[in-house]
Amino acid sequence: MSGEDTDMTQTPHDTHEPFHTDPSSDLSSHVPLTKPQLPAIAVPLAAAVAWGLSGLISLFMEWPVAGWVVLGWVFFVLGMPAWANAVEGRRKATDRLITTMVWTTFAVAMMPLVAVSWTVIERGAPALTVEFLTSDQSGVIGVGGGILHAIIGTAIITLVATLISVPVGIMAAVYLVEYGKGNRVARVLTFLVDVMTGIPSIVAGLFALALFTLLLGPLPRIAIGGSIALSVLMIPIVVRSTEEMLKLVPDELREGAYALGVPKWRMITKVVLPTALGGIITGATLAVARVAGETAPLLLIAGTLRSINTNPFDGAMQTLPVLIFSEATKGGAKPEYLAAQIERAWGAALVLIIIVMLLNLLARVVGSFFSPKTGR
Amino acid sequence: MAKSIDVSDLNIYYGDFLAVSGVNMTIKARQVTAFIGPSGCGKSTVLRTLNRMHEVIPGARVEGKVVVDGQSLYDPSIDPVAVRRQIGMVFQRPNPFPTMSIYDNVLAGNRLNAKKMKKSEADDIVERSLKGANLWNEVKDRLGRPGMGLSGGQQQRLCIARAIAVRPQVLLMDEPCSALDPISTSAIEDLIHELKSEYTIVIVTHNMQQAARVSDDTGFFNLKATGEPGQLVEFNPTKKMFTNPDNDATEAYISGRFG
Repeated sequence: MSGEDTDMTQTPHDTHEPFHTDPSSDLSSHVPLTKPQLPAIAVPLAAAVAWGLSGLISLFMEWPVAGWVVLGWVFFVLGMPAWANAVEGRRKATDRLITTMVWTTFAVAMMPLVAVSWTVIERGAPALTVEFLTSDQSGVIGVGGGILHAIIGTAIITLVATLISVPVGIMAAVYLVEYGKGNRVARVLTFLVDVMTGIPSIVAGLFALALFTLLLGPLPRIAIGGSIALSVLMIPIVVRSTEEMLKLVPDELREGAYALGVPKWRMITKVVLPTALGGIITGATLAVARVAGETAPLLLIAGTLRSINTNPFDGAMQTLPVLIFSEATKGGAKPEYLAAQIERAWGAALVLIIIVMLLNLLARVVGSFFSPKTGR
Repeated sequence: MAKSIDVSDLNIYYGDFLAVSGVNMTIKARQVTAFIGPSGCGKSTVLRTLNRMHEVIPGARVEGKVVVDGQSLYDPSIDPVAVRRQIGMVFQRPNPFPTMSIYDNVLAGNRLNAKKMKKSEADDIVERSLKGANLWNEVKDRLGRPGMGLSGGQQQRLCIARAIAVRPQVLLMDEPCSALDPISTSAIEDLIHELKSEYTIVIVTHNMQQAARVSDDTGFFNLKATGEPGQLVEFNPTKKMFTNPDNDATEAYISGRFG
């Protein structure tokens, strides 16, 4: 009886092969490739059951919404793999568990992002009017006026910072990759660039403040100082991203250019840099987006102003981050002034986020436009 | 216009590591010279010293003499850029410049050296070079398309067109067919036969049939022993190499009894 059983389990679909009786001849034995599987509806079904159950308990215990979500998640994490284990087996159950964990961490990571965007849009959107975007704060007491002076200030200070740091950063990266490969100077430079990447922005602001105190006397307020502080923060980012992009250019292209009798500097400007251009521009644009929201150094050196100033070499200039800071922290003489200031701060925050987002989009478009085309 | 190359007592180092030692040979003008031998024995290294591409690798240096047209290439007064303009090179893997069209790739050697030329002159160079590389008929209708869009064999022929567009005196080829199918290989071998009338050609190959088919002279390289530097074992006319070699090691390698 037991011998017959063994035969049955080793060749379970043996009924249509009546002559095959020898279990040791593996070549012709049938290995089933199908396994029981949960249907596609299983996951939403399990989710509905988990959160439904949790909902009943929450209602009964009078818990808040967060309790319902967390308890439902616990039910799902325990229940889904258990069900899969019963039907599909251990490996699939592990897969379901890990999949659930990965989705959970993704949702947790997205939460602050969505919350911040939502809050800024909800509170900032009512402030966005034509007047808000086309006028400044000169002569405005309490309610009204706009942030055009800060938008212009942010644009000018960031643009000047970009003009300073992008050429310096690209040339430094060209030195590191093409000329200094592995020598002592390049190693020290790379280390310093890494250190600079971690400089707190307030230190960059203090550097600019100290520099212009030497040049202009105590407590200078000058927009170009803000640009210099920002470029201290930008240069290491540009160097790093450009360096990585130049390293990606295959040595075969350099050798190909050398073999044509091309001098090194021309090889770099005509072959290496154009090949890496898309990535370099993307890196530079991301660096701009990164420093556009810097507050501390601008507060120290660029100061604050209520009207439009377009000359970076003459006095203070208002910027969006500094405007947000000052509007949100200064007290109001009347309650309605205070409300208007807070609304102005949220509106400026929304404008700043939109500017940074547009810069990121621009970086992607420019990057794909300049990247080498395969023609396929 | 084609030049011969005299190599005497050449030692090649990567840092402190002696890669190839004691190479002596004469590469004749308007002939095809093939370098054969097992991997890692220094064929490509020797080839790269012939137009000073060797020193592009950090730490690489050379002792001995390479004389082209009475001028010693490793003399301190020699400008390596000028050397490479006279001695072109085609690499193992095709490397067209990805940012340039087919037309600009062919003209790269001229354009990158800031040579001013008229449109008609440039068109002539492109047509002549692409015809010389047997590629003209395949690409004449799409010269403005990116060079990277061609097939591997076409890209390699584009690189050959690019190399001959600057009219070098010598053309070095480092396993130009190793990444190509038999049809592209035969196209390039035909091309080598045609180019021979104008250029001195040196080709490194792993394929002994190819060396036998295309070359007039052959150099066999081998390691002295494992861990020892590579050396030129035998340098003779190809016919003699493949029928009656002087050296037993050469015969063993060529007949497939490597040892």
